[in-house]
Amino acid sequence: MNLFNLFTRRENTSAPAARERLQVLLAHERAAIGQSDLVSVLREEILAVIAKHVAIDREKVKVKMDKGEQISTLEVDIELPALVGMPAARAAAH
Amino acid sequence: MAKVLVVTSGKGGVGKTTSTAALGAALAQTGQNVVVVDFDVGLRNLDLVMGAERRVVYDLINVVQGDAKLAQALIRDKRCDTLSLLPASQTRDKDNLTAEGVARVMDELRERFDWVICDSPAGIERGATLAMRHADVAVVVTNPEVSSVRDSDRIIGILDSKTERAERGERMEKHLLLTRYDAVRAERGDMLKVDDVLEILSIPLLGIIPESPDVLRASNLGAPVTLSDANSAPARAYMDAARRLKGESVAMSVPSEPKGFFGKLFGRRAA
Repeated sequence: MNLFNLFTRRENTSAPAARERLQVLLAHERAAIGQSDLVSVLREEILAVIAKHVAIDREKVKVKMDKGEQISTLEVDIELPALVGMPAARAAAH
Repeated sequence: MAKVLVVTSGKGGVGKTTSTAALGAALAQTGQNVVVVDFDVGLRNLDLVMGAERRVVYDLINVVQGDAKLAQALIRDKRCDTLSLLPASQTRDKDNLTAEGVARVMDELRERFDWVICDSPAGIERGATLAMRHADVAVVVTNPEVSSVRDSDRIIGILDSKTERAERGERMEKHLLLTRYDAVRAERGDMLKVDDVLEILSIPLLGIIPESPDVLRASNLGAPVTLSDANSAPARAYMDAARRLKGESVAMSVPSEPKGFFGKLFGRRAA
């Protein structure tokens, strides 16, 4: 480190940038991780309920959560099998 | 009944093994009966840092699998007779570390010691979650560096969800140990400050370990830093941290190496 550095350093210190980047990043990551846990729990429980009555393909399910300021929405998109499968499933349920 | 402590971090190379050895020795130096357990199967290093690498015969996996008795695998420290080591295996498949086997060994360790300190492997994989599973207290080791802080945040989340305590709905006691801290650089604005890291991670501070050549020197010699240079700044910081773990209230100071001109010239030799 030379003398010149001693005087210029204070203006472009890097720690405040690190702090700000971390705060922004972690706020996002915490939200994303918390959300994915909730979504996966909901997904499993909703699927279990539907699977009791209809034979569903677990791969053909989309679960999405949107967080708005006022309202958050949970979107569950399940592809049901062709109608031929339905009576059998209904029979099985009874 | 022992207190089980896990020394963990998301990122590797932040000083988990060094901190496990130093905290373990510091607690043992206060007369507590301590065992340090190396969970880093495949990359064992705690034995080396503790200076016991030539004394390893049986290891954690031997005990977990029932091939050796716990008493056969425990290595008593030569410098401090209340300190023991349960080493990790280097060669065996880490899948041999079963959840049931680990639970059984932890129960046995709890009965024999006052403190069971588990050195976790880095990351969030199975080894790390097994190491933290039975813990009552977690020490999250973090460097004042962006990647380390981010990964610590992740680990804190996992401590709150994947441990026995979390599953029972109890709170896991978590502490931050900030290592490789350079007070001068932090003051200059070139390193995250203690307060910055605390604000971001929001868990209580256990201690601040200064960046210091004494830490490397101790590991070169195969001794926990509190045993090799008991008066050095990092040793004193670890000693204070150990007392805080025991519930004593010790004022937090930012330890530092002598940095003045004369300190630089003479400080090292005088210490």
